[in-house]
Amino acid sequence: MTNEKKMSTPAAPIPERMSGNEAVAFAIRQVNPDVMPAFPITPSTEIPQMVSSYIANGLMDTEFIPVESEHSAMSAAVGAESAGARSMTATSSAGLALMWEELLLAASNRLPIVLTLVNRTLSGPININCDHTDSMGARDTGWIQIYAENNQEVYDNYIQAYRIAEHRDVRLPVMICQDGFITSHGVQNISLLPDQPVKDFVGTYAPEEYLLNPGKPVAVGPYAVTDYVMEARKAQREAMENAKQVILDVADEFAALSGRQYGLFEEYRTADADYVMLIIGSAAGTAKEAVDELRGQGKKVGVLKLRVFRPFPEKEIAEALANCRAVAIMDRSENYSGQAGALGSEVTAGLYRQHSDILAVNYIYGLGGRDFTTEDAAAVFEELREGVEEGRPVGQYRYVGLRG
Amino acid sequence: MRTDITKINEKTPYQDLTEGLMVFAGGTAKLFKTGEWRNNTPVWDSEKCRQCLLCTPCCPDSSIPVMSGRRGNFDYDHCKGCGICANVCPFGAITMKEGMEP
Repeated sequence: MTNEKKMSTPAAPIPERMSGNEAVAFAIRQVNPDVMPAFPITPSTEIPQMVSSYIANGLMDTEFIPVESEHSAMSAAVGAESAGARSMTATSSAGLALMWEELLLAASNRLPIVLTLVNRTLSGPININCDHTDSMGARDTGWIQIYAENNQEVYDNYIQAYRIAEHRDVRLPVMICQDGFITSHGVQNISLLPDQPVKDFVGTYAPEEYLLNPGKPVAVGPYAVTDYVMEARKAQREAMENAKQVILDVADEFAALSGRQYGLFEEYRTADADYVMLIIGSAAGTAKEAVDELRGQGKKVGVLKLRVFRPFPEKEIAEALANCRAVAIMDRSENYSGQAGALGSEVTAGLYRQHSDILAVNYIYGLGGRDFTTEDAAAVFEELREGVEEGRPVGQYRYVGLRG
Repeated sequence: MRTDITKINEKTPYQDLTEGLMVFAGGTAKLFKTGEWRNNTPVWDSEKCRQCLLCTPCCPDSSIPVMSGRRGNFDYDHCKGCGICANVCPFGAITMKEGMEP
């Protein structure tokens, strides 16, 4: 199985400037997975393009398969991973939608594939910019989902991904998500790790059971009659629940290597906060900037940035929000339930089950790449404050920056 | 992780199933008697049969066994009664009969 060795001394960092796509492609080169089938789609196209260049230049020896669609990309990844090869792909938006059927197969066959997703909205109206409609739509496919605020986190999350996916208590595929264009194309400072410590951290893939294993025949993905489906799903759910601890353990080991500590979420100035904004992805950076400005005015506000959406850390979120007076749950996707966004539904359900009765307001923001500004964040915090301190009614399911 | 799958059945608790329901053996499809689904049944007339073996590769379920270059009777445990064999036979040596029994 994967390398279980603990790292004790941090590796010497390499300062660079990169976009999110460059950062994840650089990490892919360092990890050098066995097989990468991919099909280009904006804004993730650069990832397979850069990996292809690395391969052509002899810097890595991944078998790159230029497939004819994303349906084929995930099918090929499922086949390669079943055969015993460490596999991955990259996609966005409609590409992820075309993989839908195989996403569920990758998870139910317990194949530790890694997908680097560059979040882009789904049509329609057709649009190429960032929101989380694609990955939130795939939230029930059985994949672990880890989100990044910036290029550094995308890089770090990818390096941790195989250790989580391939862990014997998990054996599930992992989706590493970053915001389209905002993160994927925005160039920022980044601290890279040298190649060898990354390779040592990720380790060599040695699955116990795989198709190309002479003398040990195995059938992957057989038909299950009614007597087995519920039991198979329950076992898969337990693997997802196990992932929570594995994600934390891998994060601790990664911290020893890199000096950067990750968790299920990041709490930013929440310790004494009355009002907290719960948010995913690049907009968390904007929210933190707003928090700094508002803290300067004496307002007790904070940000809870969710990193891991699957498995969903319901109890941990409810505990983190236990001492605040109100939370704004920020969804970057509209799922037309008429009740709440994806994050809004799950967080409010979690608060209820943990017997929390804080004011929880669900906001939809940033659809189709709409800017989310520090002023927007400040207005949300002010609305929470008015709701709690002035008793002004606040709607439960609102849009940020909507005309009309 | 390798499990003796002959010990797994519909009473097995979920914790004891194989990961992803992997099957650790080869050729296990033989044990699944899909012939039970049959509504029509092909009947082979060995007198009319010239052993041209056109029927064998046309069978989608590999239910026409061949030994030493000659076909034998149908494998009714796996034949689903599709009738392709009867349709391709040039000599009228295969007829379709309604029901499960030959």
